[in-house]
Amino acid sequence: MELFDNLALGFGVAFTLQNLMYAFIGCLLGTLIGVLPGIGPLATIAMLLPATYALPPVAALIMLAGIYYGAQYGGSTTAILVNLPGESSSVVTVIDGYQMARQGRAGPALAAAGLGSFFAGCVGTLILAAFAAPLTELAFKFGPAEYFSLMILGLIGAVVLASGSLLKAVAMIVLGLLLGMVGTDVNSGVARFSFDVPELTDGIGFIVIAMGVFGYGEIISNLSKHESERQVFTASVTGLMPTKEDFRNMVPAVLRGTALGSLLGILPGGGAVMAAFAAYTLEKKTKLRPGEVPFGKGNIRGVAAPEAANNAGSQTSFIPLLTLGIPPNAVMALMVGAMTIHNIQPGPQVMTNNPELFWGLIASMWIGNLMLVILNLPLIGIWIKLLSVPYRWLFPSIVLFCAIGVYSTNNNTFDIWMVAIFGVIGYLFIKLGAEPAPLLLGFILGPMMEEYLRRALLLSRGDWSVFVTRPLSASLLAASAVLLAIVLMPSVKAKREEAFVED
Amino acid sequence: MNIKSQKDFFSGLMFTAVGIAFAWGASGYTIGNGARMGPGYFPLVLGVLLAVLGAVITFKALVVETIDGERIGSFAWRPLVFIIAANLVFGAALGGLPSIGLPPMGLIVGIFALTFIASNAGEEFNFKEVTILAIILAVLSYAAFILLLNLQFPVWPAFIKA
Repeated sequence: MELFDNLALGFGVAFTLQNLMYAFIGCLLGTLIGVLPGIGPLATIAMLLPATYALPPVAALIMLAGIYYGAQYGGSTTAILVNLPGESSSVVTVIDGYQMARQGRAGPALAAAGLGSFFAGCVGTLILAAFAAPLTELAFKFGPAEYFSLMILGLIGAVVLASGSLLKAVAMIVLGLLLGMVGTDVNSGVARFSFDVPELTDGIGFIVIAMGVFGYGEIISNLSKHESERQVFTASVTGLMPTKEDFRNMVPAVLRGTALGSLLGILPGGGAVMAAFAAYTLEKKTKLRPGEVPFGKGNIRGVAAPEAANNAGSQTSFIPLLTLGIPPNAVMALMVGAMTIHNIQPGPQVMTNNPELFWGLIASMWIGNLMLVILNLPLIGIWIKLLSVPYRWLFPSIVLFCAIGVYSTNNNTFDIWMVAIFGVIGYLFIKLGAEPAPLLLGFILGPMMEEYLRRALLLSRGDWSVFVTRPLSASLLAASAVLLAIVLMPSVKAKREEAFVED
Repeated sequence: MNIKSQKDFFSGLMFTAVGIAFAWGASGYTIGNGARMGPGYFPLVLGVLLAVLGAVITFKALVVETIDGERIGSFAWRPLVFIIAANLVFGAALGGLPSIGLPPMGLIVGIFALTFIASNAGEEFNFKEVTILAIILAVLSYAAFILLLNLQFPVWPAFIKA
């Protein structure tokens, strides 16, 4: 079995003491930072990315994967304990998780989230290992036109996930694409929109935008709210493990969530949020067992299913990244950044040129999931204590870590000035109700889209019909159109608003 | 005419302005045509697209009713100013400002400056508490970034090292 050979190779690479340590440190740091209110996986990875520069490529990616899972689980922890979704995908977890915490059942809720995630992660890893190869073969059939259409699909996917106005989300994507244009044009060597600033000819740093817009913008916005708006129920956490009855309810929910999550994660732009939302909707549609708590009142299925879907989705969302080199969401976009820093061009060639890295990463994802359970189940009590750190101590620390992180990417103070500018812009975005996540995706895809568009049209001698006459490209564009139509349909729109209302 | 959604109205204006600026900037580069795109082609298309999207958003903000008028609300100037200032001072401390003759003061001074300035952004400022926080952060950062991760920072003020 080739699958097992590959997995064996991967585990051989990942199971060195050194790599296990990096996975552990990554998980620990990710959870520690991810459990802080308002800091999701994106900000956590952005912050810790510089810390991985000095490591060898495999170790760096393993650590980043650990950070990713840690941060994602940390976000669920705050969602359950303090009604604060640390990231958009745990918005759904808040609904029933927080109710459970208020009834003193935070322990079972956290355990359900952890165990559900672990199971989903295992399944996701297997799917990743089994389907990465066939999908890579598909990737070799992709010409410039197909890539361009695929990116359109990804960007439309990003619009679907944004919570507010669709038009604004589209505008933010275009703004992101434009920001990606800053810097030297690869074809002509012209420094575009650089205002004769030498640092700008390299383009704007992704970390600078991520930290400024997400980190500083969020902090300023949080500080403008009054302290009394946050509540913690540390005293009421009693009993860690779910009861037998809980397990009976949980297991089918986890299975359904995993299946949905694995499917949606593969789609570019689909990602974990959509998976969590879809899984919760599905659970709500199934019948309640006699004596079961209704949804919205602390039903354990309402925690287990979306958490499983979320984790399975984040696992399979590595597929488009590793096989096609296309980041399906902003977190994956950061991973692309990390890969390029280590001189790895993500794409189908990674698997053939660098099998140790490819399979090692897949194996380390499973290890990362295992680490999470080992780390978090016993440590839930400590995470709760960390949450009681007052915000007035927390936010100067976050500002400091952002500033240090930005400086260390290039050892250049110019990046610190830039992050200040984007901090102001980020706060402005929040005030104007314009979501920054689509902007980031656009920013990453901008230069790539331009390049593929240029190549596709060069090959077709300027004929735009190339995008609809090639079957693969045409079906991708058709999928984008269907996706857009679904979003525009009023019933879905209403549900989308309902699901994102707490974001 | 009434503004039905303040947030949309002003974000629309922002998109339009930025779109026009990018399109205008792009028109200064070679545009080329579809088959041979110049460096200005893609930005020009995107800039025009953004300007149009912005105009539509602004128009909708004037026409479509909203429940609460989606007011922008007052700006939180205090956190905005102090957070950004803390960041800028930290940068100046690390790199120095040659234009006004400020030498690099290093990471430790920067951490203290950042912590004290940023703490002003909150609702309360307790000198003793902030000092303790700054010391903890300085020790932690030194241990994590300098000792453990071996990042290249100027740690102490330049004149002490010299």
